Amino acid sequence: MKGMTIIVKTVSSWVKVLIFLFGINIILFGHLTPGGGFAGGVILAASYVLLMLAFGRDFAEKNLSLTAASQLDCVGALMFAAVALVGLLYGAASFFWNLIHQQYLADKATEFKLVSAGIIPLCNIAIGLKVGASLFLVILTLSICCKDFKHSTPSTKE
Amino acid sequence: MAVFYILLVFMLIAAIIAVETDDLLSSVICVGAVGVGGSIMFLLLRAPDIAITQIVVEVLGLIILIRATIARDLTFITGDREFFGLVVSIVIMFVIFLAGVRVLGNLSPFGTPVFSKVLGAASQTYIAEGLQKTGAANIVAAIILDYRGYDTLGEATVLFTSIVGATVMLRSKCRKSLEDKCQ
Repeated sequence: MKGMTIIVKTVSSWVKVLIFLFGINIILFGHLTPGGGFAGGVILAASYVLLMLAFGRDFAEKNLSLTAASQLDCVGALMFAAVALVGLLYGAASFFWNLIHQQYLADKATEFKLVSAGIIPLCNIAIGLKVGASLFLVILTLSICCKDFKHSTPSTKE
Repeated sequence: MAVFYILLVFMLIAAIIAVETDDLLSSVICVGAVGVGGSIMFLLLRAPDIAITQIVVEVLGLIILIRATIARDLTFITGDREFFGLVVSIVIMFVIFLAGVRVLGNLSPFGTPVFSKVLGAASQTYIAEGLQKTGAANIVAAIILDYRGYDTLGEATVLFTSIVGATVMLRSKCRKSLEDKCQ
């Protein structure tokens, strides 16, 4: 599949940047405004899916290959587990203990600021990476599989 | 309040069409309509977190389903349903209906939270102390990533495992079809 018409390609080459930035915004401000890691990650994946639908699978795979997507997926999962483990190893020795907030930010009145809430923004970033990469991976794998499926089975209609 | 009934009727009609139609593509589109109705409902009930997640996942899921549907040559369902499967599904639906009548009778009125009935519920503690203890202005983020971090870790594990499984299965299937093509 070589992609769609020139109109779709031109529009989506502008829109994909806005969608990507909107996803990053949703992830980074997840502890202040509605949204968070999961929704932002899905929006990031959606920008790559738009790229894939408009320009074809090869172009999207050049931007973010199958290997890179699976590595990002693992990095996100490891980062989330590492943030949880930090609370276990240092301080109050409980899983998911909010170390940064309790020890450094609690008495500084950081409410409603971007740097606040301790581990919550870090968890949001980790989940966003993980969800975005893994959903893009699913669509990429499905499209590879569907292509082969279509080519390998003789079509019944004409 | 009338808005919710209109949305509910819209979702019900879309769900019935999605089950009953013979064309797979229209069925998929009707599933998307149900999701959009649910998302607008969440938005009107002042749950923007859930509304954003619902609409975004719905759009992406719809794209996946449509791609998977139009890639098939056969998009029409043929043949009748089995008698045994029909009987089993009707019995299960009846049991769920009986249980649902009991459960829905005990709920608080539509739009008011359940925990407002229970004194000393955990959620009231979260709302009262969440900002001071976690520092997050968004109380939903404070609950799902701090108070209920274990749940989110479990969710992330489920997602990770399912995606690893899907990738492995689909890729081995791909390889097999490629090998068949080469022979």
